[in-house]
Amino acid sequence: MTSFLALLPFRPVDAVIAVPAIAALLLAALPGRRWSARLNVAASLLTFLLATTLLVERPPAGTYLFVDDLNVVFVVLGTFVGFTTSVFSASYIAHEIEIGRLTQGHLRFYHGMYQALGFAMNLGLLADNIGLMWVAVELATLTTVLMVGIYRTHDALEAAWKYFILGSVGIALALFGTILVYMAAQPAIGEGEKAMVWTVLVAEAAKFNPELLNVAFVFLMLGYGTKVGLAPLHAWLPDAHAEGPTPISAVLSGLLLNVALYALLRFKMLLAANPQTVAPGPLMVTLGLVSLIFAGFMLYRRRDIKRLFAYSSIEHMGLVTFAFGMGGPLANFAGLLHMTMHSLTKSAIFFAVGQIAQVKGTQRLSEIRGLTQSHPVLGWSLVVGVAAIAGLPPLGIFMSEFLIVSSTFARQPLLAIPLVFGLLVAFGALVLRLTDVAFGEPEGSTAPVEATYLPMVAHLALVATAGLWLPPPLVVWFQHVARMLG
Amino acid sequence: MGHFALDLAHLLAGGMVLVSFMLLYQNRMFGLLNVFALHALVLSASVAWQAWVQNAPHLYVTAAIALVLKAIVIPLALRRMVIRLEIHRTIETVGGIGLTMLMGIALVALSLVVMLQAAAEADPLAREDVALALSVILLGLLMMVTRYNAVSQIVGFMSLENGLILAAAGAKGMPLVVEISIAFSVLVAFIVIGVFLFRIRERFDSVDTHALDDYREGRQ
Repeated sequence: MTSFLALLPFRPVDAVIAVPAIAALLLAALPGRRWSARLNVAASLLTFLLATTLLVERPPAGTYLFVDDLNVVFVVLGTFVGFTTSVFSASYIAHEIEIGRLTQGHLRFYHGMYQALGFAMNLGLLADNIGLMWVAVELATLTTVLMVGIYRTHDALEAAWKYFILGSVGIALALFGTILVYMAAQPAIGEGEKAMVWTVLVAEAAKFNPELLNVAFVFLMLGYGTKVGLAPLHAWLPDAHAEGPTPISAVLSGLLLNVALYALLRFKMLLAANPQTVAPGPLMVTLGLVSLIFAGFMLYRRRDIKRLFAYSSIEHMGLVTFAFGMGGPLANFAGLLHMTMHSLTKSAIFFAVGQIAQVKGTQRLSEIRGLTQSHPVLGWSLVVGVAAIAGLPPLGIFMSEFLIVSSTFARQPLLAIPLVFGLLVAFGALVLRLTDVAFGEPEGSTAPVEATYLPMVAHLALVATAGLWLPPPLVVWFQHVARMLG
Repeated sequence: MGHFALDLAHLLAGGMVLVSFMLLYQNRMFGLLNVFALHALVLSASVAWQAWVQNAPHLYVTAAIALVLKAIVIPLALRRMVIRLEIHRTIETVGGIGLTMLMGIALVALSLVVMLQAAAEADPLAREDVALALSVILLGLLMMVTRYNAVSQIVGFMSLENGLILAAAGAKGMPLVVEISIAFSVLVAFIVIGVFLFRIRERFDSVDTHALDDYREGRQ
């Protein structure tokens, strides 16, 4: 394998970024036809395959790009969800064009933006330069803003506007934090490019001015935290999920939130490398808990099915942030696992929800009933997905939630009380909503589903398998990354 | 030279904070745009002075971008938009001007206390610059939350970005990559917002974000 990779005329790490960029240009330039969706799938698959090669062989760290054990997890997970979503998106978009919600012109724009988003996310994850990482996250924000507004209805425009304003403010605060990190690094490392290279920064962090780093982290936490969707900075998230096309909801929850979280983790590692700074953990624990409990209660009052699962994303990102804030090998391991499981489960749920909304012609929870009778595959997949996201055994999220709760009990028993409380609140809300949607009397259209079930089933199968058996190499890998995170 | 360089840098950065306060109390659309142009002009002068003091020629590019794009092109474009959309009436604000100004003063005090202490060991030129830049950023945020009108929210956002550029210019030797990207992102942001504004205009017949809120209340 390694020798084969050496024969390639390019480095895989460059290609992971170049393929989506080229595909974005191609898809934007060529007129929208049926095969543009196929090209989108092909490019996403190619990116995913190239990303998996990074597991075996990785290039030495450069000034702009680098691969380490942490970001490769995010890249592989991200490109995988990107690929499966592109398969789902092909049938979803075909249906939207059929019913006239989108036109051929939109198609070109949509696919171009889809790949541009992939480009931005891979660039952000692989960047070895905190400035470049910031630019990539900004680009990812702009592309998703445009896609959220694609239907141009009142609601879609409102959602896009809100997302744009809050996202820009978040990104501006993150830039200020980045500038402060540079200012802290500059006396120790010297002027210019080098003082923004992440690998150099983390090696020299012990010599930085700790007070500046502290202030910088507050801004980075607020800035990137807005993009993670942490309460009270989450206001954009439910709207953006509910009003955009469903594949974009899946990508937002499954990928974009993770990229922002990754940025946060990087800076947390930077602070951890300097012994004189304030520990960033408590800040993350607090914001994580607030998001978890707040979102748990908000789940009860939702009337829109996509909005419901958007709040569930806030809940889970809060939980992941909490786990990483706790720190230590076990909590970090649980956080990584939970993030992976959440990405897979939530995107599977959105695949199901997208098909449900297309069949029923509505997103209102009150008008969707008895799915297990009218659409058995779809209905039962949703049941499995919601059971997984609610944390029922034996699915993957149960395991990661169990690890988070037990490690919290072992170290900070008092924190475990609000944590378990939040989880139970959210659990109750999801079960309550699910019973009506999945069981009950069938209501509304019973037209058969034309779209493919494959991506959804694949994700759920992975989540179910992970709940019963995790491959030992994966466990070793995650344990190693968990130690890296400190 | 040493003292004079420091004083002039402080004067210009402090001037930006002052103009940010002026932005807060504008209640006419054209007045707001004119003051924003002034904001960008002071930014441009401040960045150019930093370029001279730090002997960093690439900062002149940033200064030129600020001058051409933000002090001339964008205000003119927004002015045309305002005329075309017929929204040059009084701007509605949340809460009174007096209260907003008091909050602004509190924010400036906060940022000076935080930054001057945190960056106590840093180079004095950078230290005060970044403290004043944070004031400009927070005032921009304050403006965004106290205005309903979409155009004034944009102006608030751009004044916030001006503060970011001031901070980036003050950080000695910060790579050019970042500055150009900032300028570029402002341009992109402007296009995006412009597009949105026109669509919002098309759909709501108003650029007042109140219209969005009213609509939402009706829905729930």
